[in-house]
Amino acid sequence: MKGDAIIQMDRVSKRFGKTTLAVDNMSLTINEGDFVTFLGPSGCGKSTALKMIAGLLPVTAGTIAITPPTGKSEQDLAFVFQEPTLMPWATVFDNVYLPLRLARIGRGDATPRVKAALVEVGLSRFETAYPRELSGGMKMRVSIARAMVTRPRILLMDEPFAALDEMTRSKLNNDVVRLAAGHGLTVVFVTHSVFESVYLSTRVVIMAARPGRVAAELLLTETWPRSEEYRVSDAFSAEARRVSETLKGTLDVDHIDH
Amino acid sequence: MSITLITDPDAAAPINTEALLRARRERILSWVMPIITLGAAIAFWEWAVWHWEIPHYLIPAPSLIVQTLIKDGPSLMVSAWFTVKLTFFSLALAVIGGVVLGALFALSRTVEMSLFPFAVILQVTPVVAIAPLILIYVDSTFAALLICAWIVAFFPILSGTVIGLRSADHNLRDLFTLYRATSWQRLRYLLAPSALPSFMASLKVAGGLSLIGAVVAEFVAGAAGQNTGLASRIIESSFRSEIPRMFAALVLVSALGIAIFFLTSWLSRRVLGHWHESEIRRES
Repeated sequence: MKGDAIIQMDRVSKRFGKTTLAVDNMSLTINEGDFVTFLGPSGCGKSTALKMIAGLLPVTAGTIAITPPTGKSEQDLAFVFQEPTLMPWATVFDNVYLPLRLARIGRGDATPRVKAALVEVGLSRFETAYPRELSGGMKMRVSIARAMVTRPRILLMDEPFAALDEMTRSKLNNDVVRLAAGHGLTVVFVTHSVFESVYLSTRVVIMAARPGRVAAELLLTETWPRSEEYRVSDAFSAEARRVSETLKGTLDVDHIDH
Repeated sequence: MSITLITDPDAAAPINTEALLRARRERILSWVMPIITLGAAIAFWEWAVWHWEIPHYLIPAPSLIVQTLIKDGPSLMVSAWFTVKLTFFSLALAVIGGVVLGALFALSRTVEMSLFPFAVILQVTPVVAIAPLILIYVDSTFAALLICAWIVAFFPILSGTVIGLRSADHNLRDLFTLYRATSWQRLRYLLAPSALPSFMASLKVAGGLSLIGAVVAEFVAGAAGQNTGLASRIIESSFRSEIPRMFAALVLVSALGIAIFFLTSWLSRRVLGHWHESEIRRES
């Protein structure tokens, strides 16, 4: 149900080696249908937190609960990496088919779903292309199609558009919002861009570094999903300023020196 | 250079024919030049032998080598076939052994730590030094020769496979973890394709080495008689001072080496051509 708690982080800490405390005592509840961004400088543990939610990194202390728990035969939690992370030896179709193939769904049964996922990201004409033939933005779309093909409930995105140009980035931002709204996804989106977080999310979790921790949480009240006009509105600027100032307040001098 | 005046604004821009022609010329030259230089070198050899009247028991003229190849053809072919069998058997065994052991190494650090010293010992001990022992212990000459050639070709495949299997992208590994891939799925869909580029590179090296291993092993074995390879024919001819026949056998060994090189290169292009940087032809 929309609004029910879906991800609950309870006093989660992550330590790398003996000295580095990447995430310190992080508690956070994410509700179904939320679009949450983790915003912060590099080294604030936002990617680490995301990987722990995905189960790709074990927690050092605390618990992360996902309700209802994942672990069905088909994947209900998907992850989009900072790089497209495609298999260079496989076509666009086979790359998107991968999650279904790993769930032992035959090519015949999977084909309509793979095609549908490719249509959603506007790449239906590129089924037989290889990743090297695509632009950076198109590769990222393939990566998103691959995440969507299992019809997940939760989508985790780790600075997916950081390496793209401004134009492509804002187009893909719109695509993600459209997909999230259309499929009722719960999204956790890591970014270091204030504008991206203000445009995309319903909640901004601002994180601070050394040790990585939640410094502030802001609710964005603007109706969601947002339209392209919102980007150039005064309301957007005001929200961006508010988030920006909160972020600045959390940065210590030591970090700026770096 | 000429300047084209465009009178019709809708007309398509003139095609850069000069660039197209240049590309074609380069493609043809890449075939023609090696043939010309090789032909010139052989022609010079023929001429030099004739001009300085070099006796054929020192350096035979290319024409004499060809004659010998034709005259001794049937018996040389039997030996060549023996060497071909030896080379490809040992290469096949090296591939099987290298890939299986490489996969075990990649799957388990413990296995690697325990077995790696043996692989290194096999690699660093010259095959010429081990061959006499193997010939004593193994009854069948063919089997003994096979083991020697295998030892030489095995290590590159092993290290190529291990490095390749380890080279899989870390995010892709995470992705496979996320989708709860089984070990077999991981091997089949991620590790094996990731390993192909370095495996193919090691196969090219091992292809040449298996031939060298086969020839060296035969030299050490000094096997004589009916069932012998090209290396034995070279030794045998040298004892009898039949220099043209030595050259004829040598030509066949080289030809075999070249064939292996082309075969492995072709295979590498077939397997990697559509995706890996090393084999993609850039369009200009």
